[in-house]
Amino acid sequence: MIAFNKYYNQFNILSISLVAISLLFLIFKGLNFGIDFKGGILIELRSTDSKVNVSSLRDRFNQMDLGDVSVKKFGNETDYLIKFENKDNKKNIIEDIKKNLDKSFGNNIDFRRVENVGPKVSAELLKSGVIAISVALALMLIYIWIRFEWQFSLGAICALFHDVIVTLGLFSLLGLEINLSIIAAVLTIVGYSMNDTVVIFDRVRENLRKYADIKIFELTNISINETLSRTLITSITTLLALVSIFIFGGEILKGFSLAMIFGVIFGTYSSIYIANTILVRLNVSQKTILKDEEKN
Amino acid sequence: MLYFSKLKIIFILIISLFLIFIASSNLFKFDNNFLKRNINLGLDLQGGSYLLLEIDNKPVIEQKLQNLTIILRDYFKGKNIKLVNFILQNEKILFKVNDKDKQKVLDIFNDKESEINPYYERFKSHQLEITEENDFLSVFFSKQGLVKLKTSSQEQALEIVRRRIDEVGTNEPNILKRGNDRILVELPGLDDPMRIKTLLGKTANLTFRFVSNNNEDSFGNEKLNYEDEEGSEFVSKRIILSGDNLLDAQPRMDSETNETVVTFSLDRVGAKRFGKATSKGIGRQLAIILDGKIISAPVIQDTIAGGSGQITGGFTFQSATDLALLLRSGALPAPLNIIEERTVGPSLGQDSIDAGIIALVIGFVLVIVFIIVKYKIFGIITNTALIINLLLLVGVLTLFEATLTLPGIAGIILTVGMAVDANVLIFERIREELKNEKNRLIAFDSGYSKSKTAILDANITTLLAAIILFFMGSGPIKGFSITLGVGIFTTLFSVYFIARLLTVLYISKNKNKEIVI
Repeated sequence: MIAFNKYYNQFNILSISLVAISLLFLIFKGLNFGIDFKGGILIELRSTDSKVNVSSLRDRFNQMDLGDVSVKKFGNETDYLIKFENKDNKKNIIEDIKKNLDKSFGNNIDFRRVENVGPKVSAELLKSGVIAISVALALMLIYIWIRFEWQFSLGAICALFHDVIVTLGLFSLLGLEINLSIIAAVLTIVGYSMNDTVVIFDRVRENLRKYADIKIFELTNISINETLSRTLITSITTLLALVSIFIFGGEILKGFSLAMIFGVIFGTYSSIYIANTILVRLNVSQKTILKDEEKN
Repeated sequence: MLYFSKLKIIFILIISLFLIFIASSNLFKFDNNFLKRNINLGLDLQGGSYLLLEIDNKPVIEQKLQNLTIILRDYFKGKNIKLVNFILQNEKILFKVNDKDKQKVLDIFNDKESEINPYYERFKSHQLEITEENDFLSVFFSKQGLVKLKTSSQEQALEIVRRRIDEVGTNEPNILKRGNDRILVELPGLDDPMRIKTLLGKTANLTFRFVSNNNEDSFGNEKLNYEDEEGSEFVSKRIILSGDNLLDAQPRMDSETNETVVTFSLDRVGAKRFGKATSKGIGRQLAIILDGKIISAPVIQDTIAGGSGQITGGFTFQSATDLALLLRSGALPAPLNIIEERTVGPSLGQDSIDAGIIALVIGFVLVIVFIIVKYKIFGIITNTALIINLLLLVGVLTLFEATLTLPGIAGIILTVGMAVDANVLIFERIREELKNEKNRLIAFDSGYSKSKTAILDANITTLLAAIILFFMGSGPIKGFSITLGVGIFTTLFSVYFIARLLTVLYISKNKNKEIVI
């Protein structure tokens, strides 16, 4: 049996500092919102012409007077990603750009993807993203509140907030882009983290019924150990799937799979070291669950 | 938990085989209508264009209020009430009326039987609201009045958008209402939406009006620019003919001048008016105006009585074709703005499919190998269930002809990773039970029953996340939520029916041997 409970304090301090640092990053550095949430235009283009490179493209775009234009390589040697804000909301801007590029590079440029999100739509998408994550957290709270006693709910919710905040904090630290698929990833993380926590809690509650005289400090450790191999195997298979998406799934899924990978790792950690320690700190005992069962 | 009745086994087999058969219809082309099902590929996989259009209702509201001022003035004149000082601003009509009539006017507006202000019984609301503002009375559309106006202009716009897109002839376009002032257009397979965007960007409001350089015109005149931005003319505000009178329009090559023109034919009313105007106006310039810009302003040479004519304007064949198309399909009730566009070219779509499939295969193989190493014989059972799970998932998606997107493929891969969870929970539990329980059947049985709540909880939480995503997400994200959500059900089916059945078969075959999980 591994003595997880020996490090409860140390890891709690670590978690609290991680959350604090993440919040600081989120407040002061903020998130790197993509065009889904900020509005603007994204063009993914491919060209096999040797004249086309980051600096020649940047020159071209700067001459078009579009404000701040970001030009980056995207995956392949021949692929480029161009992003800008379209502040003046020019109409037909994509056609104009295409003509302009065709003029300077010949007809060697293939627009593989174009996204143009107006300011109204991006504001709505941001709002609905925030609503979706809030509703998800609220639903999880309600669900676990129905299934368990309030001490357990508190533990699970703390773990959940920890996972979401630290994942977003990491995105802020690394300057990774937040787009619609990241929202999908965060919601899936919420589901996954909850899932992980609930499985351990289920065991804690079962053990509470079984052993009246074991202190919660020991009891959580027993429960963690009993479910440990399941926790690890599920995390590993999920991570195997995610790493496969990250490496082979193409550029578009990179952000999504990376967020999920972070999330699964934090989720696994938090269900061991956050959810359980809350139970210990609230001094949960057999009485806690029996009282509740009598009521029903 | 270990007993399976014959009936149940047959039921499981039928469902599984049925779904697997349906799944296979993606590979084979069945002739049967029911079997001719396919998973639809989302725009991000097959390439195509997604356009979100917003109707700019402001001009419609202003036009309606403009018309209303005349109606109001005449209506109250008939009741011997004089409304004066009409001002139109901020989507409101302001006017003055002397104090003794004020109450009367308010009463007429707020009467449920009012002739000028329809009352919607269903919404308990009038079309218009009236309030006092300083010395003025102010009339404006009520909330319900606005909703009615918006939905009706949305319906008209939808019809026109559909006609225009159908005329261009793209592959299975999807044109849907969104809210009450938006229209969503999905154009699969279209990698350059430029032409459609140009066509949808035009209101196509066509009018024929005389050029009037003197100020005698009793209707007043306005200065309009030519379409090529070179030069301008003063044009009468009186409309001789509008696009509503058009029956047909076609691009033609004029054999005499060798110029591309658009010929049109008019309905009876239009033909009559056109004949009259052209006979009276010989020698005058008749301006042909589209969306506030003059296309051309030819001098009338002769009376045109036949109800048909042609528009010249230095067209290329393409621009003549487009103008004819716009005129045929009619004018939009209000201008449309493209507020969101997402276009994926076919080459990227194919690359995404390839990458998705490679990621799926590799992820799948990694998980399978890991599980075999970990669980040996029971790993094979788990893996068999996993493969069937995947086939069932594809089967369900095919059955409902769901749309598969790139995030949707990610959802399938994720399902593969997480589907193992339920079996792992069960096997780990059985392993524990075997430690204290001599009777293997009891150990297996309690392994299954004791792990049930944890499995249920785990899947409900993921399902909740998927449901939320389904309702908030659009396009690709919706595809993710669908595969994730359906994956939960196929996972539970494959764990509780397929894997359990295989487990039962295995332990009953090996009654006397040692069983190790």
